[in-house]
Amino acid sequence: MSFQSFTFYAFAAILVIAALRVVTTRNPVHAALWLVLSFFSAAGIWILLEAEFLAIALVLVYVGAVMVLFLFVVMMLDVNFEGLRQHFRSYLPVAAVVGVLVLFEMALVIIGSRVGSAVTAPPSPTGSNTSALGRLLYVEYVYPFEIAAVVLLVAIVAAIALTHRKRRAVKHQDPSRQVKVRAADRVRLVRLPSEHPPG
Amino acid sequence: MLEPVEAAMGAWWLPVWTIVKVIVIAIPLIIAVAYLTYAERKVIGWMQVRIGPNRVGPLGLLQPFADVLKMLFKEIVVPSGASRALFFIAPMLSLAPALAAWAVIPFTGTLVLSNINAGLLYILAMSSLGVYGVILAGWASNSKYAFIGCLRSAAQIVSYEIAMGFALVGVLMAANSLNLRDIVAGQEGGAAYWYIWPLLPLFVVYLVAGIAETNRHPFDMAEGESEIVAGFHVEYSGIAFALFFLAEYMNMILISALATVMFLGGWLSPFPILNDVSVFGAHPFGDGMLWMVIKWAAILLVFLWIRATFPRYRYDQIMRLGWKVFIPVTLVWIVFIGAMMQTRYAGMFH
Repeated sequence: MSFQSFTFYAFAAILVIAALRVVTTRNPVHAALWLVLSFFSAAGIWILLEAEFLAIALVLVYVGAVMVLFLFVVMMLDVNFEGLRQHFRSYLPVAAVVGVLVLFEMALVIIGSRVGSAVTAPPSPTGSNTSALGRLLYVEYVYPFEIAAVVLLVAIVAAIALTHRKRRAVKHQDPSRQVKVRAADRVRLVRLPSEHPPG
Repeated sequence: MLEPVEAAMGAWWLPVWTIVKVIVIAIPLIIAVAYLTYAERKVIGWMQVRIGPNRVGPLGLLQPFADVLKMLFKEIVVPSGASRALFFIAPMLSLAPALAAWAVIPFTGTLVLSNINAGLLYILAMSSLGVYGVILAGWASNSKYAFIGCLRSAAQIVSYEIAMGFALVGVLMAANSLNLRDIVAGQEGGAAYWYIWPLLPLFVVYLVAGIAETNRHPFDMAEGESEIVAGFHVEYSGIAFALFFLAEYMNMILISALATVMFLGGWLSPFPILNDVSVFGAHPFGDGMLWMVIKWAAILLVFLWIRATFPRYRYDQIMRLGWKVFIPVTLVWIVFIGAMMQTRYAGMFH
């Protein structure tokens, strides 16, 4: 076994185990951390496929930002997971249909690639797909890309507008006024004669 | 010389040889961290008209090793109710990304472990992982102080990462490359050609955001001795605590190495004329490790200097600085660079 295939099987095994633990573990924080590990192993496999930009983007965006915020929220929530598990049976039929569909699609992809009709990435001529991807995104597909960015921006603005709709008791600070404050504005020294003269 | 070994090991030669190279980079780094702690205590001591450590060994030079030995022999106390596995994984998770980022740092034009094209992105990805160690340490400790420290730190690191990322965007626009070696090569020709001049605001933002990212003073809200005891690592003792310490200083060196590569011309000598100075046939003052190390040391000195000078920021002021000052500054400067590159001054960059 070459070192490359050894690396692949190692990453693949970790990925499968981590993905299984995401859904089987009881503690939500542990589940989020297993998800981080599975993202990381997937990034490792992508690097083996020479898709280094995608791999690094996965680590940067999902592991470095999205999952941090996830953890942030999950750690502070007090979720009753036993209560959520009570509806397991009622959700089972829907979940089974979705699961079978996903399995079917994955089987299609795998069979398709065996037959040779599936789309495979052509080997990049320069060995670096970062600049090739950049050229595609910002030259060829620049308008779809910009539209996607604007849609995201609108979503952010909407979320902020919704949360700030009803906040009245906000204490706003004006840093320039804070900086301008002098001791004389806040403290007044008063000379008082003492009531009982010393001695 | 190594060919017979290479032939004997076959396909396993590459991984084994890579591990050897990793060790050759990691060991000097750890020693550098040890002496950075010594330098910090000495320099801040002098700034505060004290002497600093001077008992262990000549001039106190063995102090870092005495500290490490002391840490090694201390008991590691695990708090009751702590999440035991995560409690021990957290310090490792904060050290590992700090070490992993060194894989792409070029020490000279030829001396680099992995000269990958997406080097700058890789650095960003690795530095964004460091926050996990802090978050997990705070959560796994089952302590309120630790938890508050970890929440503060997570919010702070995520906020300053954005400004830091934008500062790097400016560099990659100027250099037209994500490869760290090409970025240095774009600054060839002496101190006047370094990116610090056209990208001065980004350099300042990068350096300050770097201090905030490493949770150093005056942005050490995550520790904040006077408010939350020691923040995220309040429950850690012995060598587990030392790992957090090691990660913090490793990150400081990493930030200074990156600032050197991106803004200060890396291993290039500030005066090209020094390349011609010959001492017994060698060129000791020309481009090379010497200049790299001098620049690191200068930036690290600034880190220590700032720690000895400023009082700690208030939490809301930190957030304001990150979101309302740094991000707009970087955005404006990126647009400015983009506009400049369309004019006849484009030659300033590369």
